[in-house]
Amino acid sequence: MNPTHEEIRTAVLRFLQTSLLFDETRQIPDAQSLLGAGIVDSTGILEMIGFLEQTYDVKFRDDELVAENFDSLGAITSFMSAKLGGK
Amino acid sequence: MCGIAGIINFGDRRPPLPLDRLQSMAQVLRHRGPDDTGIYRDRMAGLVSTRLSIIDLATGAQPLANEDESLWIVYNGELFNYIELKRELEAAGHTFRTRSDTEVVVHAYEEYGIDCLTRFNGQWALAIWNAKEGSLLLARDPVGVCPLFLHMSNNRLWFASEVKALFTDSEVPQAFSTSGLNQVFTFWSTVAPGTVFEGIEQLRPGSARIYERSGAFIEKCFWAPSFPREATHSRMPLRDAAEQLRERLVEATTLRLTRADVPVGSYLSGGLDSSVVASLGLAAHPVDYRTYSVRFADAEFDESRYQRMMARHLGSTHREISVTRSDIARVFPEVIRHAESPVLRTAPAPMYLLSGLVREDGIKAVLTGEGADEFLGGYDLFRESEIRRFWSHAPQSAMRPLLFQRLYPYLARSPQSAQALAHNFWKQGMDRTDIAWYSHEPRWRTTMQLRRFLRPEFRSSEPEAEFIERAVPLPEGFSRWGTLEHAQYIEIVTLLSGYLLSSQGDRMLMAHSVEGRFPFLDAGVIEFCQRLPSQHKLVGLREKVILKTLAHGVIPEEIINRPKQPYRAPDALSFLVDPPAYVADMLSPESLESVGVFDPRSVTMLHEKCRRVVRDQGANALLSNTDNMGLVGILSTQLLHHTLMKGGSVAPMQARTTSERLIERT
Repeated sequence: MNPTHEEIRTAVLRFLQTSLLFDETRQIPDAQSLLGAGIVDSTGILEMIGFLEQTYDVKFRDDELVAENFDSLGAITSFMSAKLGGK
Repeated sequence: MCGIAGIINFGDRRPPLPLDRLQSMAQVLRHRGPDDTGIYRDRMAGLVSTRLSIIDLATGAQPLANEDESLWIVYNGELFNYIELKRELEAAGHTFRTRSDTEVVVHAYEEYGIDCLTRFNGQWALAIWNAKEGSLLLARDPVGVCPLFLHMSNNRLWFASEVKALFTDSEVPQAFSTSGLNQVFTFWSTVAPGTVFEGIEQLRPGSARIYERSGAFIEKCFWAPSFPREATHSRMPLRDAAEQLRERLVEATTLRLTRADVPVGSYLSGGLDSSVVASLGLAAHPVDYRTYSVRFADAEFDESRYQRMMARHLGSTHREISVTRSDIARVFPEVIRHAESPVLRTAPAPMYLLSGLVREDGIKAVLTGEGADEFLGGYDLFRESEIRRFWSHAPQSAMRPLLFQRLYPYLARSPQSAQALAHNFWKQGMDRTDIAWYSHEPRWRTTMQLRRFLRPEFRSSEPEAEFIERAVPLPEGFSRWGTLEHAQYIEIVTLLSGYLLSSQGDRMLMAHSVEGRFPFLDAGVIEFCQRLPSQHKLVGLREKVILKTLAHGVIPEEIINRPKQPYRAPDALSFLVDPPAYVADMLSPESLESVGVFDPRSVTMLHEKCRRVVRDQGANALLSNTDNMGLVGILSTQLLHHTLMKGGSVAPMQARTTSERLIERT
């Protein structure tokens, strides 16, 4: 069973909160730019990519690794849902 | 160098200061001046000096007075042009009892008043007490080599070379300052007059304060970095400019080597600046030349190949100290006690160990290369900023951001995705070329994220731009300077005096009673460099062009042509692989709770994450820059509290040395 959209969102949010923001209570609007809001820096995005690859057992192609797919909670969730749905 | 301190009771007459308060201040500054202690006391004032004797060993003791004993001085530092000044003053009728530069300062003040400060070429912090008028002058050298901290309450003023001397008095508050902490977690250091301690200021470099009998004061700035375009040597060909700079550097180095009554050694980092300084030093004084270097067990940071190449070239007696991560972790609490500030990098620790080696070798003063990167445009940050600016003119260009790879070669070895993301990082705010701190914005933006570890009550609520503008006010004429000069100015007023010359400089040197001497910070050298056109400093991505030009034939070509390697030391990993017990203690929720600066839950998550990465990846785990800085910054703040505040600074009272002088005018 593939994880649902909501399950992916919850997991990604939790990762951002515990590993990058170090604040479990901080909420992040779906559309907020993670880079723009200073939630992640360039190494932070790489950490997140590592987390997604490990958690969902996927590999990303170079052409998928563009900021548009990873720069907001909403974008990551949609991109991962599509990727996992089509796996 | 020396240590100075004092307490002044302004206003109404009060009983004279208890002697033991002054003695305690002297006691904790003993490392700055192990050779002599002197105390002066009258009805209003107490002055303290601990002396490291380098010039006039026999008669240079302090506090020292003018002829009629109306002016008393305590003085920390060196005036390298004191012989020339003394001649002028003697011609004007002043008589001297000693050969010391300290006495020259007193007479120069008598003769020229506060304008004397602009005639001094050197590094110094001083206090001159006018016993007749009940007024006090405090002043600090132009770039802030020598420290001077102060606290005023109840119309009583305390001043000292180090905060720990202020903290010996229970009347001085011991608490963290919100604005100071937020400065560290933005700029990597506080910016004068800020400190991380509430109610404690540092005198701005290049400024003086004159306190009246009432306790009211005026502050005067007598020097600030300035890059007047109209006065540049812009038409001077590079070769001629390099030759002129060489002449000035020769003079600056010679003064710093020969104006000492003890031998002076030289640091070798393996880079261009210290190599040039050491070569010029050797030429000035080719007898028993001694050089010192830090090596690292971690190959990533080690520069011993170039250090040894340079030592062979000089034929110097070379000693090196090899530093491991566990060495850094072991000395870190002591490093922080001396730095008196949180730090985001461990780089001061090896410098602390190195000064220990120098002292063990019987050397009291060393030449070192600081200042060249600031005044001649050497830092990667300056180049990074120029690339961003260049890219912003054609933001769609795919070629322009590739220049980052030339600056940071690791990018070329990284996966495409990492490169794209790194480019996105620099792209942020790239088009805002009009902001004054354009060059430093990416660094500050990243560092500010660390504020998330602070408890809400310690987090500055001030909007970013206002916070920066208040800490780093811009001088008149700034808008007329070039973009490189903007970046240089910001670097000089933030990190040079706030970190490089203090946390990593004076404090690490003086911890082992060693004085640093900086030819690139000579008044004549700075004055010349400030008038250089930017094309003599940074051309494309080639940095310090003028210095490389003059270095040909002076140092080996390989050192001139090697890629610049920023001085770094192993950071957070020092505290994660086989850490000493204090690390877990300091980062425990209980300890974080009791210090009260950081949010224990956030810090625990960070510490857990770092430990997990080390468990997963091993001893050479890759930690992100932010996590590295976060862990070191939090740990050092915690250590600062434990080693310096809450009684941590009160050193056990040792038997007083016989060289204590007491001058009573009560």
